[in-house]
Amino acid sequence: MTHLLEIEDLQVKFALRFGELTAIDGISFTLDKGERLGLVGESGAGKSVTGFAIINLLSKPGYISGGRVLFNGQELNRLQDEAMRDIRGNCIGMIFQDPMMTLNPVLSIGTQMVETLYAHGNISRKNAEKIALEKLQKVQIPSPEKRLKQYPHEFSGGMRQRIVIAIALITDPDLIIADEPTTALDVTIQAEIMDLLLSLCESEDMGLILITHDLAVVSQVTKKIAVMYAGKIVEAGLTEAVITEPKHPYTQGLIKALPGSLQPGSRLNQIPGMMPTLTDIPPGCAFHPRCTISDSKCESKTPMLVSINDQNRVVACHMVKT
Amino acid sequence: MNRSWQRFKKSYLLYSFKQDWVAIASFIVLANLILISILAPVLAPYNPYDPLSIDIMNSEIPPAWIEEGTKAFIFGTDIQGRDLLSTMIYGLRLSVIIGIGAVLLQAFLGISVGLTAGYIGGKVDAVLMRIADIQLSFPYLMVAIFISAIFQVVFGIGRFEELAVPLLVVIIGLAEWPVYARTVRASVMGEKNKEYVEAARVIGLSRKIIMVRHILPNTMTSVLVISTIQVANAVMSEAALSFLGLGMPVTKPSLGSLIKSGFEYIFSGSWWITFFPGIALIVFVLVINLLGDWLRDVLNPKLYKG
Repeated sequence: MTHLLEIEDLQVKFALRFGELTAIDGISFTLDKGERLGLVGESGAGKSVTGFAIINLLSKPGYISGGRVLFNGQELNRLQDEAMRDIRGNCIGMIFQDPMMTLNPVLSIGTQMVETLYAHGNISRKNAEKIALEKLQKVQIPSPEKRLKQYPHEFSGGMRQRIVIAIALITDPDLIIADEPTTALDVTIQAEIMDLLLSLCESEDMGLILITHDLAVVSQVTKKIAVMYAGKIVEAGLTEAVITEPKHPYTQGLIKALPGSLQPGSRLNQIPGMMPTLTDIPPGCAFHPRCTISDSKCESKTPMLVSINDQNRVVACHMVKT
Repeated sequence: MNRSWQRFKKSYLLYSFKQDWVAIASFIVLANLILISILAPVLAPYNPYDPLSIDIMNSEIPPAWIEEGTKAFIFGTDIQGRDLLSTMIYGLRLSVIIGIGAVLLQAFLGISVGLTAGYIGGKVDAVLMRIADIQLSFPYLMVAIFISAIFQVVFGIGRFEELAVPLLVVIIGLAEWPVYARTVRASVMGEKNKEYVEAARVIGLSRKIIMVRHILPNTMTSVLVISTIQVANAVMSEAALSFLGLGMPVTKPSLGSLIKSGFEYIFSGSWWITFFPGIALIVFVLVINLLGDWLRDVLNPKLYKG
């Protein structure tokens, strides 16, 4: 059976004046219909770049230098522009971080919603508006008829993110890529939006790739998780297993850094140091300068992803016993 | 319709307009001038284009309130015996048509070029903007002399009269489009990196739709403001060209050619032929500029005082 999305050894490079930088260094994962995957990591780990690489919309100096992106068995990174445009928005929807910025300030919500429908097939204005109305109801916007005629500035942040979700949903895509969909919202709204996204994915049987740095959100929503560090997947598996029993020292560090596991008043745990910039990724394991258990092997040899215990779980670390 | 009217009634635009008496006065004057030019055939006492209504014996009659003046010609007559008021009204009409026509052409060319250059960038941008630079480095008077010389060779002097209006529109329109191109390009470059453009690409919209439907409306503020100033500039350019004898012919005078035709007689005492069209031109250009200033202040969020 073909997977909904299959990424094989994907490599993304940025061609700059002084040479090429590798932003994504050979990542692979699969996603089945209706399955939800969390991509986790610090800023600069390559999570968002992965998202854009899937829909083949890397901005200029970036390009896919190797590997394949298969969507329903179709190789996306080999498609012509025209064919790719038909998949974007139609079969794959995307939700961005900041709903203040992703809606065009001078067009009404209704216009922006029906636009996607117009771009992907002949549809009458009446039908398009009916679908838009239906989707607004789905994302629980009160009095949608009135709201369709309003402009983005007349909505609150949470409402706008609902609208962005409605726009992503409007063509009933099979896959939604949500790039930190709740980061710009306040905490109570975050939970609402995540719940909404989760229930929509379940009821519509949509696949979801949730890009975030928030482990709490991932554990709530996704079935699978992939932890990224410096352009590589360092640990992947079922969310529950990875969260309760992290193997890679980086994942362990991330989970320890959550404030929930601490006594009130004590200092928060943190991973010392910073994510290396793409220009000077250390040799060997990219994480070794920040790792508490690294030894000389980590400094010279890059660890490969190896499966442990069950076949779903993979870890890239020399120190983990298989 | 009713809804957008309600919206307009509550808008900041209308509110600030009501607060600013200069804007109100300018608007009233401008509206009147434009109304007059639209209704020229109804309002003008005589038809200056009709040779039968012109009597050479009436030439150089001073305005009505001067001793030798008659009530029949309120502002007097010009050297050919035409009623100056009627000629001015028709001249204003020509000036408005040429001004607006030239600006529409400028805006069309400039917006297309600026949008393409700004959004696509790279080599396309470099080539288009260098063309704009070259265009701006030609003084428009030189272009005008060139084009009208070529025109007269190709079509003959006889047809110049009937084709003078579109010709002036093209000359002035071609001379100043880079102003639009530069402004639009600058704001497109600011807009194109915003996330809503990315979002539009993500939902699979084509480049053309993104440029025209998403980016263009967001650059309209600056387009609107320069448009007002450009209309005034175009009217001035037309007057200057006519004054130099490159614009509207004497048989169909615009304000500029009226000023010119009177200029030769100003020392022989017929000051009114130049004076009244001059005043009309100044008032017209001034109110447009004042309105443009007001619009710029209102639409500039950095100056927002509300």
